[in-house]
Amino acid sequence: MLEVRNLHASVNGNEILHGVDLKVNAGEVHAIMGPNGSGKSTLAGVLAGREAYTVTEGQVLYYGKDLLALAPEERAREGLFLAFQYPVEIPGVTNTYFLKAALNAIRKHRGLEPLDAVDFLALVKQKMKLVEMETDLLNRSVNEGFSGGEKKRNEIFQMAVLEPKLAILDETDSGLDIDALRIVADGVNKLRSKENATIVVTHYQRLLNYIVPDFVHVLLDGRIVKSGGKELALQLEERGYDWLREEVEATA
Amino acid sequence: MNETQNIQWYKAQFEFFEKSLNGESRSHLHMLRRQAMVAFESLGFPTTRHEEWRFTNIAPIAKAELAPVLDYSGAGVAEADLARFTFGGPEGTRAVFINGHFSPEFSSLQTRPGVRIGSLKEATTRDAEIVNRHLARYVKSDENAFTALSTAFVRDGAFIHVDRNVEVVNPIHLVFIVAGSGIAVSPRNLVVTERGSKVSIVETYVSLAATQYLTNAVTEFVVGENATVEHDKLQDESLNGFHIGTIHFQQSAGSRVVSNAINLGGAIVRNNITAVLDGEGSEATLNGLSLATGTQHMDNHTTIDHTKPNCASHELYKAILDGKSKGVFNGKIFVRKDAQKTDAKQTNKTLLLSDEATIDTKPQLEIFADDVKCTHGATVGHLDDEQKFYLRSRGIGSREAEDLLTFAFASDVINRVHVEALRERLDAMLHERLQSGRQSRE
Repeated sequence: MLEVRNLHASVNGNEILHGVDLKVNAGEVHAIMGPNGSGKSTLAGVLAGREAYTVTEGQVLYYGKDLLALAPEERAREGLFLAFQYPVEIPGVTNTYFLKAALNAIRKHRGLEPLDAVDFLALVKQKMKLVEMETDLLNRSVNEGFSGGEKKRNEIFQMAVLEPKLAILDETDSGLDIDALRIVADGVNKLRSKENATIVVTHYQRLLNYIVPDFVHVLLDGRIVKSGGKELALQLEERGYDWLREEVEATA
Repeated sequence: MNETQNIQWYKAQFEFFEKSLNGESRSHLHMLRRQAMVAFESLGFPTTRHEEWRFTNIAPIAKAELAPVLDYSGAGVAEADLARFTFGGPEGTRAVFINGHFSPEFSSLQTRPGVRIGSLKEATTRDAEIVNRHLARYVKSDENAFTALSTAFVRDGAFIHVDRNVEVVNPIHLVFIVAGSGIAVSPRNLVVTERGSKVSIVETYVSLAATQYLTNAVTEFVVGENATVEHDKLQDESLNGFHIGTIHFQQSAGSRVVSNAINLGGAIVRNNITAVLDGEGSEATLNGLSLATGTQHMDNHTTIDHTKPNCASHELYKAILDGKSKGVFNGKIFVRKDAQKTDAKQTNKTLLLSDEATIDTKPQLEIFADDVKCTHGATVGHLDDEQKFYLRSRGIGSREAEDLLTFAFASDVINRVHVEALRERLDAMLHERLQSGRQSRE
């Protein structure tokens, strides 16, 4: 589904990613872990099409096509979804209006008729249960005045409605208490299928107790320095990142 | 024509106008006209050297020979044209003015006990006492040349009187249509609401065609004790037209005014909106939205005058400027010595959609009381990249995302418009204008 090859990316002339390789197949959950500043959010941003980042080398193939040649909205229509670390507040645009515009843009791209108000509402009501979201959040402006937990739930709710093929969760666990974390993780788990894949970007192992990954990758100074199974996350939780850094330096 | 010649030209027009008025020359109204003409002659048209007109150059208006329209004619307006400018069901009251004059054939006036709606011209005889007591008392001719000019040629406009404790259920729609070219139109409106009454009034200013003309409108509201006035104004003049709009709310104790002014049209637009809180416990809310593109110039001057204690005022003025358009906001707040416990808040926000659009914004607070709460803030910015990316990351196209965000910026003023049918109309108009603005940008 996704193949990242030797990806180098910079922001304001500073290279953050120094050659990332990653392969994700349908049905898999990959966790990308790493300390602050290792390039995790940059990787997520480059994949979603954030304009602040410049790709200087390498390529990203998505279903065999050049992902980097697509505008952010085209990526979304092709089934890519980024759950934001800091969901953006948009005063004056209701959640419903926003989501309907997004869903119908994606449906149009797939050659489907737009959903009418009735069908849309039915779909939305069903998906809201997944993340135990209150109905009144629908009619409020996008993320405006939402608590940290509500914002993250809103991200997963959008994901549930838009049904992406590849979801990238960028630090979705940050700022969540344990109950909110469980709700968000349950939502993600219910959306897992053989056809879609998830990349979980996180600093802590905590979230991975709930969303169990098939693969764990450690990003350090802009490179994936170690990959393994879910047990690697536990190892990191116990020992931190320094031993890995030493290991990398020893082989360098 | 130079300025002196221009004033002479208006003077000649005035003399012609005077001759056409049979037997009116000794009336109170005509005295006002004469005084106003004298004031106009001495003031002359303002230039950018005048502090109040620093950012708004009205030379194109001063140079044009714009003939005052002295009498009513249908001017080729048809019922079908009206449909474009009106909205809502038949239950509402609609007073139509063509080139500033009341149009009996296009108006539909509901007569309800306690409410008088109609032409000012008629009211000068039928309701002479009220008209003489209030007309031109609040908006004075000796300070502003355009007001002087409007008063000098005052002939007709809307007259509304609401009796004590009468609540007018349906909004009253005043439709001012300009039909013609090279004309100066001066509708003069007087709204007097007595104690404890409530009324909702919509003023719309439109034109039949994209001609050059001047609308120089003055509306005076005299708001009684504990009375409520809801006011919406839609200015959608021709893109070659000039609009000078003066609105004054004179408020008694415990009264409440909420005014929403939407500006879409006009080549040069200047609005002077004033609320005088002249009674304890009164409250004024002035909101505005200007949407300008091309080379449009939109200037909003607001004045809130707190003269008595325990009054509150709120102000939210927004502008969306595209192309090479220019916006001006000047917000005066006076808090007089006696106006203790004043609570005044002013917000001005501008969204620039192009690099060539500009705004001059100036809060002007003069506070002479010591126990008051006054805040003001102004922001100027472009569309937020992070918001745009968020929308795009969900599949919404780049242009659609821009429209959505622009619309969202406008919506908190649009949503305050009292009359739902007007709100819906504005929604549609805004979408359409934003789209055509974008097309001209691309």
